[in-house]
Parts: sequence; structure tokens; C-alpha cells
Amino acid sequence: MQFVPGLKYRRSYNADPISCWECYNCVKYCPEHAVEVRSYADFVPLGGRVIPLRDTKNNVIYWRVEYRDGTIYEFAFPIRTTPWDSIRPPTEWPERTDLDSEYLSGEPDALGIPELPVPGKGPELLEKATRDVKFPVDPIKRR
Amino acid sequence: MSAINPRTKIVDTDILVVGGGMSGSGATWEAKFWCRGKCKVTVVEKSTLERGGAVAMGLSAINMYMGMRCRENTPEDFVRYVRNEFFGILREDLVYDIARHVDSTVHLFERWGLPIWVDEKTGCYQREGRWQVMIHGESYKPIVGEAARKAADEVYERVMLTHLLLDERVPNRVAGAVGFGVRDGTFYVFRAKAVILTTGGATLIYRPRATGEGLGRVWYAPWASGSGYAMAIMAGAETTSLESRLVVVRFKDGYGPVGAWYLLIKTRSTDLYGEQREPLPQDMMERYKSLYGKYAEAKPTPTTLRVLAVIEDLMKGRAPHLMQTQERLTTQEAINEGFEDFLDMTISQVNVWAGQNIHPQQRPSELMPTEPYIMGSHASPAGMWASGPADIAPPEYRWGPNRMLTVEGLFCAGDICGASGHKFSSGSFTEGRIAGKSAARYVLTQARDYRPTISSDTIERYKEVVFRPMEWYEANKGVTTHSAARVDPWFDINPNYINWFQFMTRLQKIMDEYVAGWSTYYQTNEPLLNRALELLQFLREDFRFVGAANLHELLRVWEFYHRMVVAEAVTRSILARKETRFPGYTIRADYPALDDEKWHVFVNLRYDPRTGNWDVYYRPVIHIID
Repeated sequence: MQFVPGLKYRRSYNADPISCWECYNCVKYCPEHAVEVRSYADFVPLGGRVIPLRDTKNNVIYWRVEYRDGTIYEFAFPIRTTPWDSIRPPTEWPERTDLDSEYLSGEPDALGIPELPVPGKGPELLEKATRDVKFPVDPIKRR
Repeated sequence: MSAINPRTKIVDTDILVVGGGMSGSGATWEAKFWCRGKCKVTVVEKSTLERGGAVAMGLSAINMYMGMRCRENTPEDFVRYVRNEFFGILREDLVYDIARHVDSTVHLFERWGLPIWVDEKTGCYQREGRWQVMIHGESYKPIVGEAARKAADEVYERVMLTHLLLDERVPNRVAGAVGFGVRDGTFYVFRAKAVILTTGGATLIYRPRATGEGLGRVWYAPWASGSGYAMAIMAGAETTSLESRLVVVRFKDGYGPVGAWYLLIKTRSTDLYGEQREPLPQDMMERYKSLYGKYAEAKPTPTTLRVLAVIEDLMKGRAPHLMQTQERLTTQEAINEGFEDFLDMTISQVNVWAGQNIHPQQRPSELMPTEPYIMGSHASPAGMWASGPADIAPPEYRWGPNRMLTVEGLFCAGDICGASGHKFSSGSFTEGRIAGKSAARYVLTQARDYRPTISSDTIERYKEVVFRPMEWYEANKGVTTHSAARVDPWFDINPNYINWFQFMTRLQKIMDEYVAGWSTYYQTNEPLLNRALELLQFLREDFRFVGAANLHELLRVWEFYHRMVVAEAVTRSILARKETRFPGYTIRADYPALDDEKWHVFVNLRYDPRTGNWDVYYRPVIHIID
């Protein structure tokens, strides 16, 4: 169930509170930071709060956890190592002609072993592993 | 169509991907890679690509990665592991196929920007357990969804599909699907040469342990409505292994997963009185070995037996079990890892801790088994019967392109492909890629000249069927009695209709009490199962009288219709396996033993869309790995 923190009335809208998973996506994405979760009344006593701030410029998510007894924990975790919207679409990868093979895009180089295993061949292919993983293009468009 | 008059939108495509979660994103990506300008790829998702699917909240680990480049595991090793997890009943061709491709998926995720923990000494990924790697996974799905969005020719979000359409000229051939826009009420008709079902498993078929405001706090996503199974079943596709429902042990009520606690933080758990439980003590292991033989000897102990240990203690008054978190959270680093594990993927568990003043570095947390779920991607193999890869599947498992179901042109990935669990997020995306390439090959070669035949009569008929709950509500709402308590509309009472909530609670009560839910300690027997089928038949008949006040309720109505179809298939599958194969998941009280001589087979079903009859098929289990 969501409400606007610090205000005396409900303003944000939850179409279906009993179907809520508390995934927090409405909290993370609200541009006004106007949504908060009051956790399930069935089993969560009042007074605790969990508040995220998802920073997509620096790609960090900050968490503030307030306990019913007043204890506060704060955490920060990375969310992504590349800029948003930088993924290159598959149509910008070089075209392949082996529609009939079992290989998927980027394979076998993207596997780090020389060919695709079939039953019984796995162990010997691992012996030839190179650690080196290659893609036909950089999967990300660099600025 | 009197009260409401939805507009109809017809969309023609080559490949229709149903669902935009992990496997749907993989299918979209790979199909487009091979299609280029030669075939059109359309993806339909009932929420959004950015957060759609079970990974909506995030994840703290990738649970399937071989690490072949670091010589860690072979696909053969993985098949042996999954074989033990499923007590011998699995499609080794499908499991092997995902395992040999999955590493290229995980490497791609890392390049796209998913922060995977790397062991600085080796340069390989930091392992949680043998098959798992740790990630900072809050944005796992938005990253993968970005790739899918860039790959797709067309994306339809906020559209729920309700039925597959069969071709009107070619028998047993899928021709498309219908559904509706959950925000604007548009009636959608998709015509396609190939349809890939990638929707999630099924939650809320069984009564959850929290039934009030916490009803949505099921462990797997509450929007996983079994729609892919139900649509495939209604179109006449064969199922497999639906008797193996998934029950998992989770942190009580918040349903926080236990994996990182056992594997990474190396916490142990005990029963309520402090007696050792996980790792399982020797005397319990000996007892399980005497009952389940070689399967119980496997390392790690199969999930189903670890669930059984808690169920047995519940019956003896020695559960919930206790995760002894305080024994291992002795450094700030460990405390951070413990909190991140939940903040990345099950935030509610931290809400439980915060509200109940549970400081995990000071005191243990309770563990309980969940209500059962129907899933094909996690530690259970429930799903549809799919054709295997051309180069490794035995002929018995090969009747069409890789991952095609027993309906022509209909493909599966992720939770929908059965008998091949333990794929999790990375394996689901990988299987989506496999199905995506297979479908691209199919529409560019053997189905190149196919044109769907769907008459306008059929389209009008489905439009009436899909919107009927709203029509019925409008026609009858005048005689509704509203409750004075502010729980509207749960307990609105009308002589002529029931609402989605009332339909749901009836389904959940039947399944919980007759078909091995938590209230019977996951036990059932033949008389109970037959009684369930009788009650489910009444429920099916009463669906004609379900009302929906608005489009949101219409969404819920169709989700629970799909769950009802799955529930019947699950009940029939449990009835057909006269032994207890997966003791922590489903206990047949009338056949409590595992019988490998008679029951080392798949239990499959087929619903005949023309006659409405169900048939049972017992299919052989063919092992291709020694």
C-alpha cells in the first residue's frame, strides 16, 4: 500500500493492494519520490520503513532501512556498469549464414571454448578453454 | 457487445513472442539476430519490458552458469546434478542444450552492464555455490529489457493475451493469439507464423500462507498466472511433469530466499529447539537413503528432501526451522551481503525484519515451506512437452524444430518448457535464445509460405468471450449488495455473478484442501483428487457467471481462468502418478513410496480442444549422459 510520506492524505494510486508484491518499482521510478510502502498488515508490525533511491546517472541504489525500534541501516550498491540506452541492437552485429547450425549469436567465441559441446565432448573442450571471451562487435556503443 | 464496445486491432507478424520476461527477452533478441530484415518479431507483455517478468524486483545471483572458460563445470556435470534434483525424471537433451549455451548468455549480460562479482585472484566470477555466481542485480531486468526493446520490431506493452488461435485450414496448427489492452481495452488479434510462449509459471493456484493484505507476497511473482501453460493446454498441446509442483523453504512470511545464506554466507539452520537441520545430520540422511536410495545420496542433497525435512518437523511440532544468521554475520561485510541479498530481490524480507525488530546479526530468522507453485525454470520441471535439439535429442523426443510443442508452429521457453528445470534467469534467457533461433529458422524455411487462416467470425466470437465478464457485470450490477466493511469489492454479493476474488478463493480452497496444499502438509490421495476434479468442474461451469467491473478486474478474471485450467491439469497429473516421486513437493498418502521400476516415466496430459476430454500419456525417460 502506498501513500505520500509526510502528508495527511493518500494521493498516489494502487489499483489492487492485495495483489502487490512489494517489488518497489513504483517507489524506485516515481520522479517525485512520492511513493512509500507501508508493509503487509498481516505480519509486519507498524513503524519500520525501507526507502530506496535509485540513481541512474551514477548507477547506484541507496537504501535506508528504519526499524520499529529506531535503528537505522544504510546501504549503497551498484546497479549497472554501462550507461543506460547503450546496448547495441542485434541487427548491428555482423550477419551470419549458419542458420542451420546449433550456434547462437556470438558463439562459440562468446563461450570461451573452441566449439559447442555435445554429450561426451564437454570434458575435452574444457581442456581447450582460453579464458578469453570474444564478441563479434562491442555489445555496447561507447561514447 | 452492448455496454462496452472495444475497438479491434489486427497485427500481422512472423514471430509472436508472448511475454517479455527473461525468456521472452532472449527469444526476441535471438530471433531478430537471425531474422534481420527477413522476418518480423513482435513481443507482447502484460506489464512492461523494463520490469516485466519474475525478475522485476531484481536478483542477487545468477543460478545457472557453467564457467567452461575457467574449466569449472561441463554441461555433462550439470545434467547429472539436475537428474538427481528431479529424482531421475528429466529431459536430458533439453537440460544439456541450455547448459552448453548458458555461458555465452552470462558473458553477454556482463558486457551489457550487469555487475557480476569477479574473483580478483582468478579473474573468474565469484561463486556462490557450484552453479551460482553473485551479482549486484537490482537492475538485472531493466538491462535485459533494454536489449529486448532494441531487438524487437514491435513491442506491445500492457496487453494481456487470453487465447491462442488455431488455424482454420491446417489442423493442429497455431495461427496467432487474442487478448486485450489492460489500460485502454483494445481487443488485439495477432496473426503469426510462429508463436513462442515465454510466460511465467503459476502462483496463487494454491492458498497462500498469508491471505489478507499479504496475499500478494507469494514467493514467485503474483502476476505469474500460468497463462502460457493454459493457452497451450487449451490449444491441445501436451503437458509434462505437472505433478511436480514446487515447494520451497523460505524466510517466514517475507519469503526471502535461502540460497545465499547457505552457500555464500555459509549459515546453518536448526529446528525450533536448536537441533541441527541444514546441512542435514547423518541420522536423517540415513533415513532418507533407506527411502529414496541413490537420489538421497547425491551432493548437494536434492531440494525436495530438504523441503521434506521441514515438513516432517512441522508435523512433529519442531518447526519453523531457524536460520542461525547471527552465527555468521560477524563482520560489516557479511551484514552488507545479508541485507543486499534481500534488498536486491525480496525487499519485503527487510520490511519484516524492520517491523519485527529482527537484527540478523543478533538473532535467527524463522524458515517455512511455501504454498506450492507450478514452475518449469526453478527446482521443479512442470511445463509443456517440447521437441529437442536436432543434434543431440533421441528420435522419440524429436518431432519438429527445437522447442516446438506438439502443436505445429507453437514454441516454448523458460517456465513453459517442461522436464528441464534449474534454468533460472540465465537459463531462461538462454532457452529463449534457443527457441528464438529455432523459430526464425522455421519461419524462414519450412513455414515460409504459410499464411494464417482466421475467419472474421472467429475474431468476433473471441471478442465476445474475452469481454463477456464485463458485459455480465454491467447487466447484473444493479442487484449487488455492498458490504459495509471497507473491503470492497471482495465481498460484494450478487445472485448472478461472482467476482475475480471470489473465484480465486474458491480455486485456492479446492487446491489447498484436496490437492496437497500446505494445510494438509502437502499430502493427498485418490479420493481427494477425484473430489477436487468434481469441484473444479463446478468452478469451470461457474466461470460463465464471473463479472468484471473494469479492465483491471478483467485482467484478474482471465489470469484466474488460466490458473483454473492449470489447476485441473496439475490435479490430473498427480492422480496419474501412483507413487511419491518428489516427497517434499507432493506426497501421495495412498502411494507413499518411490517406485523406480514402474514409475521411471514422464506423466504427460493432453486436453482435446474439440471434445473437452483429457488423455494421459506415459512417455519414456531416455538418459543420454552416463
